[in-house]
Amino acid sequence: MVADTCAKHFKILGLTTVLMGVSAIGVQAQQAAAPAPVRLGIVSFLTGPAASPFGIPGRNGAEIMIEALNGGKVPAPYATVGLGGTKIEAKYVDEAGSAANVVTEFRNLVQRDKVDAVVGYISSGSCLAVTPVAEELKALTVYFDCGTPRIFEEAARKYVFRPSPHATMDNTGAARYVLSKKKDVKFFSGINQNYAWGQDSWRDFLSAMNILAPSAKAEKELFPKLFAGEYGAEISTLLTSKSQVVHTSFWNGDLEGFLYQSQARGLSKRMPIIATTAEASIWRMRDKMPDGTIIGGRGPNGPLAPNTALNKWFHGIYVDRYGTPPTYPSYQMALAILGLKVAWEKAQKTKGGGAPTTEEIVSAFEGIEYEAPSGKVKLALGKGHQGIQETAYGTYRFNKQKQTPEIVDVIRFPAECVNPPSDVNSDDWVKGGMKGAKC
Amino acid sequence: MSARTNLAGASAFVVLAAAALAAPAWFVSLATIAFANALVVLGLIVLWRAGLVPFGQALYYCVGAYTVALLARWVGITDAFVMLAVSGLIAGLVAYVVGFLLARYREIFFAMLSLALSMILYGVLVKTETLGSTDGFGVATPTFAGYAPHREALGLALYWLVLAVGALCAFAVSTYFRTTAGALAIPIRDNEIRIEFLGLSVNDLIHLKLVIAGVVGGLGGALAAMSIGHVDPNMSYWTTSGGFVFVTILAGASSVAAAFVGSLVFEIVRTVAVDLLPGFWQMILGSVLLLTILFLPEGLGSVFARLRGAPDRGAP
Repeated sequence: MVADTCAKHFKILGLTTVLMGVSAIGVQAQQAAAPAPVRLGIVSFLTGPAASPFGIPGRNGAEIMIEALNGGKVPAPYATVGLGGTKIEAKYVDEAGSAANVVTEFRNLVQRDKVDAVVGYISSGSCLAVTPVAEELKALTVYFDCGTPRIFEEAARKYVFRPSPHATMDNTGAARYVLSKKKDVKFFSGINQNYAWGQDSWRDFLSAMNILAPSAKAEKELFPKLFAGEYGAEISTLLTSKSQVVHTSFWNGDLEGFLYQSQARGLSKRMPIIATTAEASIWRMRDKMPDGTIIGGRGPNGPLAPNTALNKWFHGIYVDRYGTPPTYPSYQMALAILGLKVAWEKAQKTKGGGAPTTEEIVSAFEGIEYEAPSGKVKLALGKGHQGIQETAYGTYRFNKQKQTPEIVDVIRFPAECVNPPSDVNSDDWVKGGMKGAKC
Repeated sequence: MSARTNLAGASAFVVLAAAALAAPAWFVSLATIAFANALVVLGLIVLWRAGLVPFGQALYYCVGAYTVALLARWVGITDAFVMLAVSGLIAGLVAYVVGFLLARYREIFFAMLSLALSMILYGVLVKTETLGSTDGFGVATPTFAGYAPHREALGLALYWLVLAVGALCAFAVSTYFRTTAGALAIPIRDNEIRIEFLGLSVNDLIHLKLVIAGVVGGLGGALAAMSIGHVDPNMSYWTTSGGFVFVTILAGASSVAAAFVGSLVFEIVRTVAVDLLPGFWQMILGSVLLLTILFLPEGLGSVFARLRGAPDRGAP
């Protein structure tokens, strides 16, 4: 009897086959009717814990940049409509899910929706999983936020670009800021989430401190689990230590939880906390963020961005639309889209008009230098695929008169000071004494 | 009856294999991942029939996947057939060892213990920074006994490999269901004491089921790793196991074919949901599960049985 049911069920497989055929026809019909615009797939966390701090600001950055580009409203030198006169049509996709889901949705964008380029990805795991697929499909892909240096260090890439600097810069910059503010640091500690981002951040910070201040000792190396939310034991450990500064790469909920709890127990008064991603949280935490916290924003983003006309314009339109200032993921998204625009138009110019092919854009993209709301960027690493920028750190202060967060005592570090030269792996570079750093 | 089933299975296999030539490349890769996951679901069905619901089946999935990734990374083996054989073997071995413990537990204790074991692997992998911690690492492009395809050809080769392994496993598992040990699954669920009085050891029977589920789970993980091209510790996380349980509920445990249909339907629903409602796609998935539980407690497989007026049967 069971076997009889089996027989029936095998017929379902036949139905599935029909379904395959039907969807194939549907997609072909869609393509025939497809309009002329440049199609971009924008991938960002739209759901899950990384959506509110990174995913949504990233998506908003894309939405507003694409709208402004299509309207030809971006200040010079980006005043041409869309990409080289062709309007952009964006399709937004959620990054949430397993590596299998991320790769499947990437293939869907490239092979089903026939997008001309994919811009996106926040998680380093997503970037690492997508990279070989992008290379295999010869699909132009621009990452905007993921931080791992491994992407261009494990192999040379052709179709993948990342204008935003990788995470090594965040932690070498953090070490330099700490040492320029507190030259006599003898003991320091770190509290980082126990996953790749936290482990890598701490390793880079620790190596940089060992090189820049060999006499300073790492005292407590704490790795609570991701999304732990409660840090009572860790704060007690830090309170009983002699550390003069504590490093953290926590973000969003974990960062807020840790800062609230450390403020309540006086930890933030005992030792300043250097938080490498805190810029993304200042507009939410406001006066709840302890004064004196050292703030990083994954590069010169948000209040750490240079005072240029382009930045003022971007900040202005973002606040008008979303009612809150843009944070670093929005800046990184603007950086990625403008990079694509520069490469696209350069390829178009070389070609002498018309829509450039992927191959033409890819070779035009390599090694470009341009300006974004977060200042100048140069695709100097990974054979011209990985960007470097200057970075900045500053100290947080809540201005009670104006009721607004402020970052003061900002120190800027040139791109060549906090990033490795093009032929060295970042981990080896930091451990080997940061040779060739121009500060 | 078994001959008819096998014939139906074989023709479905041929049709599915041929359909790949006409289907778009993105759908072929979606179906590849769906059928790779279906192997894990197949293992779940083996246990499900005996009333056992593991919330840690991702353990074998992850072991299989990491075996493939590490064979290429450490040993330099990229042959898909060798990698598959080794993955199945290692996953089976892991299942055999943990089986001595797991086979003694039932119900919630079994579910939680299996979950705990998979989370131990997750914890170890997260701590292993040399393997990229939570970021994971890439899997080398597989070769097929000297044949090294790329792009569309690689997609097709992987699809056919998944289909062939899936068909072999489906055949093996449905043959197992007809043996005495396999047929005793539902009696185990209903009354273990009776089986013991037949002179059989329930623990041994369950131990065998665990090994079968482990081997097919490992094969599923190996095929998924080859097809995704990346492995990360999330493959062993409890939400991954939960996803397999979800698909098993959707598919129902009434037949081996249900695993493949359920897994494909799940992937299609997920991808359509992401396409339609990028910010709320989980609502669609959740609603589908809710509606399945409310209206098709025996899973998708039972629809076709109902349409033909046959009574529902199978496991919980």
